[in-house]
Amino acid sequence: MKAFELVLPTGLDQATAALGTTWGKSAILAGGIDILGEMKERTLELDRVVNLKSLRDLRYVTADAKGLKLGALATLTEIANSPDVKARWPGLAQAAHSVGTPQIRNVATIGGNLCQRPRCWYYRGLEFHCLKKGGDHCFAEEGENRYHAIFGDGPCHIVHPSDCAPALIALGARMTITGADGKKRDVDVESFFTMPDEVVERENVLHPNDVVTEITVPAPAAGAKSLYLKMREKQSFDFALASVAIAGRVDGGKWSDVRVVLGGVAPKPWRSKAAEDALNGKRIEDATARAAGEAAVKAAKPMRDNAYKVQLARVAVARAAMSLV
Amino acid sequence: MEKSQKLKLGFGDSFKDVDVTVPDTEPPIWDAKFKPKILGGRTPRIEGRDKVTGKAKYTYDQKPPGLLYGRILRCPHPHAKVKSVDASAAKALPGVKAVITFEGREINAAGEGGAAALAAESPRIADDAIRLIKVDYEVLPFVVDVEAAMKEDAPRVKKGPNSGAPRKPPMRGDVDKGFAESAAVIESNYTTQVQTHSSLETHGSVAKWDGDKLTVWASTQGTGAYREALAQELKLPAENVRVITEHMGGGFGSKFGPQFEGIIAARLAKEANAPVRLMLTRAEEHVDSGNRPSSVQHVKLGASKDGKFTSLDLKGYGTGGTGGGSSFSGPARRIYSIPNMQTEEHDVFINAGYAAAMRAPGHPQGSFALEQAIDELAEKLGMDPLQIRKLNDLNPIRLAEYDIGAKRIGWERRQKNPGSAPGPKKRGLGCGAAVWGAEGGPGAQVQARFYPDGKIEIRNGVQDIGTGTRTLMGLIAAEELGVPLSRITVMIGDTDFPPGVPSGGSQTAGSIAPTVRAAVVDAKNQLAAALAPKLGAKPEEIDVRDGKVWVKGATGPDLAAALAQVEPIVGKGEHSKNFATLYGGIAGAQFVEVEVDVETGFVSVIKVVAVHDCGTPINRLAIESQIVGGVIQGISYALFENRILDRNTGLMVNANLEDYKIAGSKDMPEIEPVIFDTANGLNSVGVFGLGEAANVPTAAAVANAIANATGVRVRDLPMTPDRVLAALAKKG
Repeated sequence: MKAFELVLPTGLDQATAALGTTWGKSAILAGGIDILGEMKERTLELDRVVNLKSLRDLRYVTADAKGLKLGALATLTEIANSPDVKARWPGLAQAAHSVGTPQIRNVATIGGNLCQRPRCWYYRGLEFHCLKKGGDHCFAEEGENRYHAIFGDGPCHIVHPSDCAPALIALGARMTITGADGKKRDVDVESFFTMPDEVVERENVLHPNDVVTEITVPAPAAGAKSLYLKMREKQSFDFALASVAIAGRVDGGKWSDVRVVLGGVAPKPWRSKAAEDALNGKRIEDATARAAGEAAVKAAKPMRDNAYKVQLARVAVARAAMSLV
Repeated sequence: MEKSQKLKLGFGDSFKDVDVTVPDTEPPIWDAKFKPKILGGRTPRIEGRDKVTGKAKYTYDQKPPGLLYGRILRCPHPHAKVKSVDASAAKALPGVKAVITFEGREINAAGEGGAAALAAESPRIADDAIRLIKVDYEVLPFVVDVEAAMKEDAPRVKKGPNSGAPRKPPMRGDVDKGFAESAAVIESNYTTQVQTHSSLETHGSVAKWDGDKLTVWASTQGTGAYREALAQELKLPAENVRVITEHMGGGFGSKFGPQFEGIIAARLAKEANAPVRLMLTRAEEHVDSGNRPSSVQHVKLGASKDGKFTSLDLKGYGTGGTGGGSSFSGPARRIYSIPNMQTEEHDVFINAGYAAAMRAPGHPQGSFALEQAIDELAEKLGMDPLQIRKLNDLNPIRLAEYDIGAKRIGWERRQKNPGSAPGPKKRGLGCGAAVWGAEGGPGAQVQARFYPDGKIEIRNGVQDIGTGTRTLMGLIAAEELGVPLSRITVMIGDTDFPPGVPSGGSQTAGSIAPTVRAAVVDAKNQLAAALAPKLGAKPEEIDVRDGKVWVKGATGPDLAAALAQVEPIVGKGEHSKNFATLYGGIAGAQFVEVEVDVETGFVSVIKVVAVHDCGTPINRLAIESQIVGGVIQGISYALFENRILDRNTGLMVNANLEDYKIAGSKDMPEIEPVIFDTANGLNSVGVFGLGEAANVPTAAAVANAIANATGVRVRDLPMTPDRVLAALAKKG
């Protein structure tokens, strides 16, 4: 790890000022789960680390009639264990619980989970000067791509690793970003994430001096349900090969207002309107759920070694739809 | 001088009398008539508390004053020559104390050896400094694909052809004739992957010079072998080198010697004139500390109408990267009675990390193919897979173990019509046979020291690789003396003590246990001789047992009181040779239940029953721990572990513990270890090790269970969802 300056800000304005305006020179430390790995492996060589944990008022999980508010520093354990979240937004609780290990969830934050960098072994491997690092090609295309994206068509084929992001998008969550001079702006979690053809070096709309400060989830409508289904090779401590977050209402034996968001299959959480259309307004039947699964993967373009992920996504959507009932 | 002894050997209700002659230096052999007072219990490890509280000091924890931290600069090319190294910037960095460069060195695998190494005052300075070294490499052509490497025009991995000489022992019987006379013959191809040892404690050492004497704390499974190799490399007399391994975090066959990093640590320490600690990073551990070679096996197996094996033709190859040692014929040659047999195997060299012995070398590979082939043949004959095994297995121990395992797993629950169960999640059962050959033997020397203050010390240079050797040694001494284990101090892991044996081939228990016993008996004899005049008896009229001294059959003084009356005693023990083996080799059988999700290809192992024998059980807790550990490693090999090389750059892309997947707690089934007691007369204690046997059949049994669940066979390891789905799709 390269030597760095550690900043302990006393306020958000101090934090954003310390972050500066150049990528790669400074970064936020929250739970440290992702960033410390990157620093130790030297994929990140920072001059300055801004420890957000000194801003203790960013750590909360509060629920009321209007909905759920998560401070960026709320830990995944706090979210997964919150009786409110478990009762009213179970998909989010399940997604948070599916991350890593108890030790990781005890320190990993929701802000960090949304902002974490891809696990792609070419991105993480120092020897590979890939697109994300300013190189001229994606090593996965002709290389080892069993864990890579089946959607998105490149030019970079990472999958977004967050479990919580699909769940939040399915639940219609929004987030607050605090930028330079403490200016706040709100975005849908869905539009927070970007595709490699927009900007290949990063995975979201953040500027270098932006801080994700809050996530808000609307109160579920009457009869609304949600769940998160994660398919992973190892049941302990593994990222998703394919996952699906689903949220919506079930009434009169029909699906309605359903949102379907896939994880682990594309460079960003992958909302499938096709799957939603296949479900919304339809009678709850296994064949319809399967059709939704089929619709979800219709546009998939697997590479040499990851076609199995198409099947995993297909089955995940179908099973999640049936389990929502 | 020798004495004869009539032994009662066997198991269960099957015993026989065997006459053996035993040298006078050996205590009488413990056989089936032996009634242990301490052995065979469930004893927590002596060092268990120290380990869980952090008091136990591993190599990584050694911190002599003035310690420097070593780093190696690894080559990013799979094949290259180090033309020149510019280390001036690193040398100029404050805190860097020694730099070694390797100009002219040829590197045959990415990350193998290195271009330079250095030692600095802190890990961070070392980490910064290593990045300041500039190397000019002559990049050479490479090949990492096994099939491509075998082609005529493939780049040469190193000197000599990429395909090693075939190992083809003389044919047993007549294979073709055997097939011609078979009622059923199956032919299949099976492949197994490269597995890395992934020891929790990486390889490494702390080297400290004192003039021309070198002390090394090393994470090694062979203190003596490590010393010899390091002394030779440094051109020192072996007695100038002391190797200490008080505790170690796993080796699995990869830690017999100093390797590159151990030699470099000693050289850096000499150069810097200060102690140096050099422990490999996890990435280095994956690429440059050994691995289990892959295999590509073609199996042709025949049987008569009634299920008797007639003929086996087994051929193929495997890669151990730049190293040899890929093999898989062991199980075929050792387990079943097959009248006609031909095996042929050869190494294929590629520009990748080298092979090292790994927990039953060659055997999990061979088992994966052979045991599946047997199931395929049984299916063709319409026979029960267990029945066909029992018909062709001559080892009565394994036959008994099969019955125990089948009962405990509920073999009758096996799918009669694989794949036909309703729903996507299907259950199935499978089994496989364990085997191992090495049983230990002579070579070690043990001291048993009795002190006037009542202290009893057992000293030997052997290391505890994690199997519980320290506790085993203490238990043998406690049994022989009839005192509680807490009275015994076991001092091991130091070449200043009498020589041990390397912990490989499951030989530690079989070699060390009888040697400890011989030393304690020698000390007892010395004690009897010293006490004789004081007690007015002849030495042969004095016995030490149950923690007391007995004179002419009557209770005498307490052992502690007796020790206070005599000078310190140093008993010496050696183990002369192995004696009777009951049926030859180590048996064992495992049964597995799996659940396969046929829509996703996910395999969950539900239950494993592992029945294993090791002669006289010394410590059931430690034995069960070995069995469970072997099964866990076997499941991990079956479903997850895989070294993945990038086909275009030759670099290992998953040299970490995230993408190199090792089974975790939630991937574990219920594991039921069953110890099958036997009296084998192999040595004075009647014990051998089962650490390797327990790892042999797990992956094969998982594969057979998958086939029983789904009706589809997965013939490639690891059996990941993509492969299970592909196999299911092929069936249609």
